[in-house]
Amino acid sequence: MTVVMDTLSKIGFMFALIMGMVVVLIWMERKGAAFIQDRTGPNRAAILGVRLAGLVHPVADVFKLLFKEDVTPANRHKALYNLAPMLAMIVAMATYTVIPFGDYLNVGGRTIPLVVADLEVGLLYILAIASLGTYAVVMAGWAANNKFTFLGGIRATAQMISYELSMGVALMGLVLIFGSLRLTDIAAGQGDLILGFLPKWGVVVQPLGFLIFLTAVFAETNRNPFDLPEGESEIVAGFHLEYSSMKFALFFMAEYAHMVVGAALIATFYFGGYQIPYMPRPFLEAHAGSLVTAKLVGVALVSFLFAMLFLRRVQREKGKFGDLRDNEPRLGMGLWLLVGLGCLAGLGLKPWGMGPEAASIAASLFQTTMFVAKVVFFAWLFIWVRWTLPRFRFDQLMQLGWKVLLPLAIANLVVTALVSAFV
Amino acid sequence: MSFEGLPKGSGNKKLSWRDSIYFWEILRGLGVTMRHLLKNIFHTDDMPTMQYPEEKRVYSDRFRGRHRLTQREDGSPRCVACQMCSTVCPADCISIDGAEHPDPTIEKFPETFTIDLLRCVYCGLCEEACPCDAIRMDTGIYEIAADDRKKFIVDKDFLLNNKTDGTY
Repeated sequence: MTVVMDTLSKIGFMFALIMGMVVVLIWMERKGAAFIQDRTGPNRAAILGVRLAGLVHPVADVFKLLFKEDVTPANRHKALYNLAPMLAMIVAMATYTVIPFGDYLNVGGRTIPLVVADLEVGLLYILAIASLGTYAVVMAGWAANNKFTFLGGIRATAQMISYELSMGVALMGLVLIFGSLRLTDIAAGQGDLILGFLPKWGVVVQPLGFLIFLTAVFAETNRNPFDLPEGESEIVAGFHLEYSSMKFALFFMAEYAHMVVGAALIATFYFGGYQIPYMPRPFLEAHAGSLVTAKLVGVALVSFLFAMLFLRRVQREKGKFGDLRDNEPRLGMGLWLLVGLGCLAGLGLKPWGMGPEAASIAASLFQTTMFVAKVVFFAWLFIWVRWTLPRFRFDQLMQLGWKVLLPLAIANLVVTALVSAFV
Repeated sequence: MSFEGLPKGSGNKKLSWRDSIYFWEILRGLGVTMRHLLKNIFHTDDMPTMQYPEEKRVYSDRFRGRHRLTQREDGSPRCVACQMCSTVCPADCISIDGAEHPDPTIEKFPETFTIDLLRCVYCGLCEEACPCDAIRMDTGIYEIAADDRKKFIVDKDFLLNNKTDGTY
């Protein structure tokens, strides 16, 4: 029974992580795009005058899409048309089950591995499930009975077949090095050091494999520069052209959920997953007290800095809008002051003298935080690249996939195999 | 392939080896976008965006906004219903019905003077044609919005009183 509860709470954590990240990513995408293009981005939607720098906009979007009319084409294939958006979201969610977000958590004398399903064939599971994502796109494209959506579906298929190969072959190099298909083993293996100073991250031992995998993940998630399935300049909106209301929202959310999967995979395979470089688990547990103290002090200092910034806004923007929005800087200042004071109050619990049990939990928390931080960074990389690069033409896409990435991936695999066999 | 007639440098150039692997150029591009991002995060106030309803752009005095009818000292319109403006109007948006003025020194006055703001192209020819300086476009009002097409057809009273609160 406890195992079931553990698993359910882990699923809950992953679900919350994905959905929370989706909201944050939509915000990051809009705000990041705006700043990159010298615009201000969304800053209007507000709840009682609190705008959170545009974070309220996704909430407004959800309400808008929930209440919109669901317009459907007359000659659609009814079952597939309804199944496609669900599948898109399910596939994105299912991939998370094998991604470890920490190594283990000691609570009440039990050791809980921080992964929903520790499959022995975790890597194969990911490759299998990830390619199912294409089915959602193809089904959506075909079921809507529209030429443009159909073209989007075809493009997605061709793209997926081309890049799946390189992705799998690139990952095989990693499997050769860490000797396991289990993701927890791969993540745990990356905690070592090479020559005593270089973290044994996938990117260090497989730099070429990382670049190939990164490119393939961009293609798998249908993100720019590989977003040809929805290429709006050529085929209107591509595969989701005929979807509206919440069904469109599901595709929209699935795109971001896929981005989070992609980011989590990059982090797990090539950037040490939950591992903090130079701080292996025993080190974290031994120094948990001082680390927690340092973290509390650091967060408190940063919060006070933010509070100061808001104080400047309070003084500068007095009565700027003449409505509830004028309260926002004061609320922000109060919030950050509260966070800072909360951290200082946490120091009152004397974290530097914590026992071994608390130290173990703190170490797990540190690792999970590290994992989330890496995921956020790589999700940001997706956005950053999208607003930097133009879209590939389809022949260029095929050329890159078949003539460049695949030979490189095979060469990488052969060299890795030779090196690991003879060295 | 030849590119005759096109300026030099257009068309598919053969990329150098360094450019053909994309990697370094992608990094350079990422650097450019990151520079813009950081600049705009830390100097948000320098952004060229105007927060429109709160901040408004200041136009020059010669800006042609919504029309107004100027008044005599007694508050009656200076217009003598000569039809010059409605004749010259390229959009044909002014319609005037003249009537005899009780004052014998003034020949006529406009009984009705309506402008269809949806047809108006804001060219300013009516101003130039007017012999009495009776119609002007110097209000500076450019936010012309209403929820009904009928509300854009404005009459003499409206133009004389020159409401500036934006309501119709």
